[in-house]
Amino acid sequence: MESLMIVLVGILVTVATYLILSRSVIRVIVGTAILSHAVHLLLLTVGGLKKGSVPLLGQAAAPFTDALPQALILTAIVISFAVTAFLLVLAYRMYLMNGTDDLEELGGSSDE
Amino acid sequence: MKVNDVILKSVVRGVVFIVFTLGMYLFFAGHNAPGGGFIGGLVLGSGIVLLYLTYDIETVHKGMPFDFKKVAAFGVLLATGSAIASLFFNVPFLTQADGYYNLPLLGEKHLSTVTIFEAGVALTVVGTLVTIILNISEDE
Amino acid sequence: MNNIIVLPLIVPIITATLLVFLNNNIKLQRIVSLITMIFVACISVVLLQLIQTEGILRLDFSGWMPPFGILFVADSFSVLLVLTASIVTAVCLIYAFSTIGERHEKMYFYPFVLFLIAGVNGSFLTGDIFNLFVCFEVMLLASYVLIALGGGKMQLRESIKYVLINVVASWMFLVALAYLYGTLKTLNMAHIAQRVAEAGQDPLLTVVSLTFLVVFGLKAGLLLFFWLPGSYSVPPTAVQALFAALLTKVGMYALFRTFMLMFPLQPEITHTIIGVMAGATIIAGCMGAFAGRDVRTIATYNVIISVGFILVALAVGTEDAMAGAVYYLVHDMLGKALLFLLIGTMILVTGEVVVKNMNGLIRIYPLFGWIFFIMMCALVGIPPLSGFIGKVLIGQGAIETESYVLLALAFGSSIIVMYSLLRIFLASFFGETSINEEDKMPIPRGAMASFIILAIFIIGLGVGAEGLAVYVNDAAYTLSNPSVYIDAILNTNK
Repeated sequence: MESLMIVLVGILVTVATYLILSRSVIRVIVGTAILSHAVHLLLLTVGGLKKGSVPLLGQAAAPFTDALPQALILTAIVISFAVTAFLLVLAYRMYLMNGTDDLEELGGSSDE
Repeated sequence: MKVNDVILKSVVRGVVFIVFTLGMYLFFAGHNAPGGGFIGGLVLGSGIVLLYLTYDIETVHKGMPFDFKKVAAFGVLLATGSAIASLFFNVPFLTQADGYYNLPLLGEKHLSTVTIFEAGVALTVVGTLVTIILNISEDE
Repeated sequence: MNNIIVLPLIVPIITATLLVFLNNNIKLQRIVSLITMIFVACISVVLLQLIQTEGILRLDFSGWMPPFGILFVADSFSVLLVLTASIVTAVCLIYAFSTIGERHEKMYFYPFVLFLIAGVNGSFLTGDIFNLFVCFEVMLLASYVLIALGGGKMQLRESIKYVLINVVASWMFLVALAYLYGTLKTLNMAHIAQRVAEAGQDPLLTVVSLTFLVVFGLKAGLLLFFWLPGSYSVPPTAVQALFAALLTKVGMYALFRTFMLMFPLQPEITHTIIGVMAGATIIAGCMGAFAGRDVRTIATYNVIISVGFILVALAVGTEDAMAGAVYYLVHDMLGKALLFLLIGTMILVTGEVVVKNMNGLIRIYPLFGWIFFIMMCALVGIPPLSGFIGKVLIGQGAIETESYVLLALAFGSSIIVMYSLLRIFLASFFGETSINEEDKMPIPRGAMASFIILAIFIIGLGVGAEGLAVYVNDAAYTLSNPSVYIDAILNTNK
């Protein structure tokens, strides 16, 4: 199961890399979102998949799954939610200001 | 521009309450089951966004005259406030208190200060979510 | 239990949220934010004293004992940096009062500065590597907003690049954390160090540590600094100064913690790579500073040179070099803040950015000119100013370990720093003045005050180095003997 997950993570990273390298800002942002999903899956996988029962009150079963990776993922999700939301607003503002969402056209430094 | 959105409006009028109820349920379920402030806040926030989508901003603003930036700030304040309250009781930062209380009508319930912290989280999420959506939509 | 440790993180956050409610009362916003920073500075002085008497302090959040809970750790190294960061922020705020403009102030400028400093302080104080990630993100989110605030055309263009590069870097941070958790099953920094020390640092762990090197290298501007010149030249001057003084330093702090505390056992691999990167950073920074025509470019490449210079100390890794690095970090935060504030003011009063087009400033603004001169001497490392002792100690460490190439590069860079700044000084401050006495633009009094305060600190840091030596030596001792740190955290029976 773990190997399968790692392959999935790899596929997600591939897709995200492809999107991030494209020219449209929106595709880049979608790429960063997929990238963060990939790493969340990776975090889940390194914590070990499905080894015990749910670490919740009232579940008396003896071996519990390590809950820490899930706490880490939740934190990472919250952060990536905030960053993605901010990026979307920023990209929209930039589009209004610069009149293009093409990163190639935006490129270059200011003093040439 | 006049759009015929009678279906949307009448569906949302009912659905929004279901969404809010689900949000509140998730918020309180987080006490010791899956759920919690973040996910509850997200659901509540998306309910509000749904309202903004269906009715226009002015109409919704009449019903909910909040500055959502301030809602978010209040949420952070509530969360950090419940965290630093522990400083005044001379216990380590972020320590939470809980206990079983006999409430009228509800019977014996488990109450904890974590709920205050979670409420802060939920308000922050709602505030941020709605602020971002409004920020993008207001220019049109 | 020392709840005081959390105050540098939590007080700015609480005041920042309070300021959101006071958005229309700019005067009150200014006063509250300044008082907050001064308060945090006082707290850190108290902490610094406390550490000297009681050793390394730690605070276990909600009483969860290490290694299970999240904790804050205060040792001399982190608290010295917290203290300096608070001072620099207070000074930048004073500068901002008179220059930033009402438009920015109404767009939540002060709350975000306070969030930024909360993230910075949290990163310095945390003892848990995932918490370090979270504090990094708090700092970065605030910096994203600050860099885009105002929304000029170029500003938005550069800020989207800045955000994207940092998103990718944060992603790599998470990947490194996942690998680390997969191999060691712990996130407490002291516990990681202990496990690495017990089990030995096998190639897998070294690879993990190198992933961290890439992440923190991106944040600190170690070799991977391509994003830095663009994004540091677009925001308002006060924000530039804050960024230059604080953001790269947080990355460097993380590098020191990673390679002195957590993964110190394979220096022939990790520290060699750091050495090569530091050397390359210095060379590239020098080229940029040489070639730059406008003052901002020269200033940003000076930041890069100093990153390389401080990380030479990490590559060398002796106790002397650590002491030098701590001195130099403190000095560099003050010096770079002053450099950016002065450069920004030069652009403000002349309306020019190219060195050649400004001249004769010292005739009109004599005090301003001489403060620039003092700052230049300090950055170059002329005794008795603040840069000198750091440079000597790092050099001493390099000689002890016979890394002469790094030594030559590090000290050669001082000459380039001098050349680049002296060029500004000679071209822009001397010669015929192009501005008339009548239509000269006065430098705001608040701005002048902030320069004077920083200049006093720089002189004081140089002259009063002896007084600071106790703290710096303690910091260096803890850095070069990880067991002290580990003992303080994991011996829970006290």
